[in-house]
Amino acid sequence: MEKQEALIEYCLRLGDNSLILGHRISEWCGHGPILEEDIALTNIALDLVGQARTLLTYAGEVEGKGRTEDDLAYLRQVREYRNCLLLEQENGDFARTIVRQFLFDSYHVPFLEALRSSTDTTLAAFAEKSLKEATYHLRHSSEWMIRLGDGTEESKTRVQGALNELWMYSGELFETDEVESVLQKEKIAPNMDAIKKTWTTNVAGILELATLTQPEAGWMQSGGRTGKHSELLGYILAELQYVQRSYPGCEW
Amino acid sequence: MVATNDNILSLLENVMDPEVPVLSILDLGIVRKVDAENNTIVITPTYSGCPAMQTIEDDIRKILADNGLENITIETTLTPAWTTDWLSESGRKKLREYGIAPPVGTSKDKNVLFGDEKQVSCPQCRSGNTKLISQFGSTACKALYKCEDCLEPFDYFKCI
Repeated sequence: MEKQEALIEYCLRLGDNSLILGHRISEWCGHGPILEEDIALTNIALDLVGQARTLLTYAGEVEGKGRTEDDLAYLRQVREYRNCLLLEQENGDFARTIVRQFLFDSYHVPFLEALRSSTDTTLAAFAEKSLKEATYHLRHSSEWMIRLGDGTEESKTRVQGALNELWMYSGELFETDEVESVLQKEKIAPNMDAIKKTWTTNVAGILELATLTQPEAGWMQSGGRTGKHSELLGYILAELQYVQRSYPGCEW
Repeated sequence: MVATNDNILSLLENVMDPEVPVLSILDLGIVRKVDAENNTIVITPTYSGCPAMQTIEDDIRKILADNGLENITIETTLTPAWTTDWLSESGRKKLREYGIAPPVGTSKDKNVLFGDEKQVSCPQCRSGNTKLISQFGSTACKALYKCEDCLEPFDYFKCI
């Protein structure tokens, strides 16, 4: 695989992670359990969509066929999306949304820390910028994990249930294939082993504070990064792409 | 108007942040470079998803055009990443007068996951007896606080 092809794919993977999670959280807008949380979740969604814009724009530039961030966000088919399966999972209740966010944020922070040293200056600048945002996200989701886990019997049952269900989607965040190995050789992409180690330590630490039980290591779901998605992504795109599909080229 | 760096800067002094209309984009530190010779202005976003960037760009273009300066390219850069350390002293003062507490400390101590909460003074009564309500406020750059003495809720400009 050529470096250029790998870099496009890599940017789409990272960009789609942010885009799809950002879209999912934006579904909370106007439905948050309390006003402050409604605002917090939509702020986080805004950061993620902003990050997606940078990455999809860059993917289009590297590709060099004139595709913009909008073309990539609104006009690809479901199998062309490269986000991890975790991020397309449904919001469910607030506990489930927080668990999904916590598993992702715990990966996102050490990942961006490492990406800051990328030899690709655009990715390094992107990482430096986004890390400031992701740090706030991680603090938010970690605090909620503790509050819900160490809260009432009801909140604990819900958050533990969500953790048990979503755990099998956490492994995909750290997968690597030819795309990563080509870019790792050029020191564009960071090595995932150290990031996984940080994730494991931090997640275990927060779960302990939250008096939650870490699910046992087991079989992990996989496929989103190569375009094999659950049916959930189709429903997301039906909403996300509706305007551009119905009124092609529409602007406002 | 002749396109010199000083002239352009004096015009940019009048371009306000659409979300905090007492702060100019120079106070905010988002103008990174003015290069009249090459007709270029470089700006940087405060947050990746900041919806004000497009408006700011349009406002810059408008004020320049109104003063006869056209064909100026506005570039956006992500590096170095914007930090509240670039907020000017006059910017901090204007924020406080507007009712928003300016960032406390420098961006160096921001990365602690559960660090000590910083003491933020109430912009209304200056009391230090305040409480964080939410890390996320009315815009990406602000957090919500409440003063325990005068009981006013207020925005705090987050330190990043």
